Amino acid sequence: MSIDRSVVDHVARLARLALTEDERDRLATQLSSILEHINVISEAETSAIEASANVLPSMDVMAADVARPSEPTAALLANAPAQEDGFFRVRAVLEDE
Amino acid sequence: MADLWRLSISEASEALARREISSVELTRAHLDRIEDVEGRVRAFVTVTDQDALREAEAIDRRRAEGEALGPLAGIPLAIKDVLCTKGVRTTCSSRILEHFVPPYDATVVARLRAAGAVFLGKTNMDEFAMGSSTENSAFFPTHNPWDLNRVPGGSSGGSAAAVAAGEAMGALGTDTGGSVRQPGALTNTVALKPTYGRVSRYGLVAFASSLDQVGPFARSARDAAILLQTIAGYDPLDSTSLNAPVPDYTAALTGDISGLRVGVPKEYFGEGAEPGVSAAIEAAIETLRGLGAEIGECSLPHTRYGVAAYYIIAPAECSANLARYDGVKYGLSVRAGENDPTAATREAGFGDEVKRRIMIGAYALSSGYYDAYYLKAEKVRTLIRADFAAAFERFDVLVAPTSPTVAFKIGEKVSDPYAMYLNDVYTIPTNLAGNCGVSIPGGFSDGLPVGLQLIGPNLGEAALLRVADAFQRATDFHTRWPESLGGRSKSRKRH
Repeated sequence: MSIDRSVVDHVARLARLALTEDERDRLATQLSSILEHINVISEAETSAIEASANVLPSMDVMAADVARPSEPTAALLANAPAQEDGFFRVRAVLEDE
Repeated sequence: MADLWRLSISEASEALARREISSVELTRAHLDRIEDVEGRVRAFVTVTDQDALREAEAIDRRRAEGEALGPLAGIPLAIKDVLCTKGVRTTCSSRILEHFVPPYDATVVARLRAAGAVFLGKTNMDEFAMGSSTENSAFFPTHNPWDLNRVPGGSSGGSAAAVAAGEAMGALGTDTGGSVRQPGALTNTVALKPTYGRVSRYGLVAFASSLDQVGPFARSARDAAILLQTIAGYDPLDSTSLNAPVPDYTAALTGDISGLRVGVPKEYFGEGAEPGVSAAIEAAIETLRGLGAEIGECSLPHTRYGVAAYYIIAPAECSANLARYDGVKYGLSVRAGENDPTAATREAGFGDEVKRRIMIGAYALSSGYYDAYYLKAEKVRTLIRADFAAAFERFDVLVAPTSPTVAFKIGEKVSDPYAMYLNDVYTIPTNLAGNCGVSIPGGFSDGLPVGLQLIGPNLGEAALLRVADAFQRATDFHTRWPESLGGRSKSRKRH
């Protein structure tokens, strides 16, 4: 399976990466080469095998319903690039017409 | 007492308890050592010298007041820069988190802090723990103390190099596909990946959540046991944390491994391993036999699919985990006019390897490819787990090389991503299966360290440490210091 530029463009959009032209060309070559190696797994016989999403036994983990203090808002917002009135400030999604 | 940085944690701990030395003296000795060698090694992203001295003074005061203190009280340690430290910037060696200052401590950091440990600073790493050489740091590469032209391994290369160079008595790293054990092997340190869930991941910046695990670096099995004792155990803040009792790891260091069943997985002795590595490991196996272990061959037949399965599962999880870097909540934020500011922020903030893995992961999860890649890899993961389960029915521990090569030259593998990935061929299966492993100094090849890997079943850390300690009572590899940094090169005193 070879990865061409259109696949790179599509995946970059899914991954929210604004790649440069050079990066797109380079990734098309590198991802093709990596996938060539990775394709060895198609040789593994897995028709009767269940998938392991993780290694722990499946279980629900419930926390006790006990109120406890949270970190102060100011401390949690201290790393925000932009904030206003105790909230993250983001670019408007919907503008007034 | 001269050269305090040469002491082991257990030696220093006794000297502190007897008040022969103070934590301030011990901490100053390490800060001086950092001053002396750090320009060549470059293990640290941030050195917190003033905080460290304050913490040391506080411990000395508590000791003077007669308080009973544990074995890590006053011991200077280094922390990989992927673990959150309250008030101290935590960068993951990435531009996107270059100025991020966590509002809380990771649970492992909080536990060490409660035990009285002194924090020297945060260590360099491959960006977001993605890499095997620490060359993927956005800031600078770290140099191997055994040969400054070579890599220390990765991704926890800064922690490994700091411990190997005497800049810290012990350190924490994280291991997703070998990122503790492989740098341990390349720097002659003891480097342990605990069982998945044994150690809390709360406050560990996520790379691949089903694989990540925090583990200690030290210069002896005993010191690693002391560190693991403090960080292991249930944490309600991590839903994947195992609620299982923590054994007394130092009590397990009996020196006696007679009758222990040691398996040698034949797939880990293939053509990929350098002759010098194979020779050292074969000699190490004979040492274990001499100590009374019963050696037998075993097979882990799906090993050949491990790297491929890992390079689907880990990137898939990373592409999801790293979606949080959107330039809104924390970290770098780039304005892009009319263009998508999140995409522009990620373009400016992530390095080549991180972008590569996000792309592989997003591709493997994308519509039309999910079954062929991600689902297939998770089925292979089941097969690899079954391989280990069968082996541990017959054997108590398995023994193998940690890495197929000794430390390679800086720049040697950067142009070929897959060649770099193959350096983790012997460590990746353990992460996929979730069980534990440790790399210990196993010999030398042309003056460069060879790591001996011991692999255990789930929650088998005590047995691994017992074998490691018994091996260290019979060998002196772990007592040797790198000569490239100067200072007297006498062997460390053994405990």
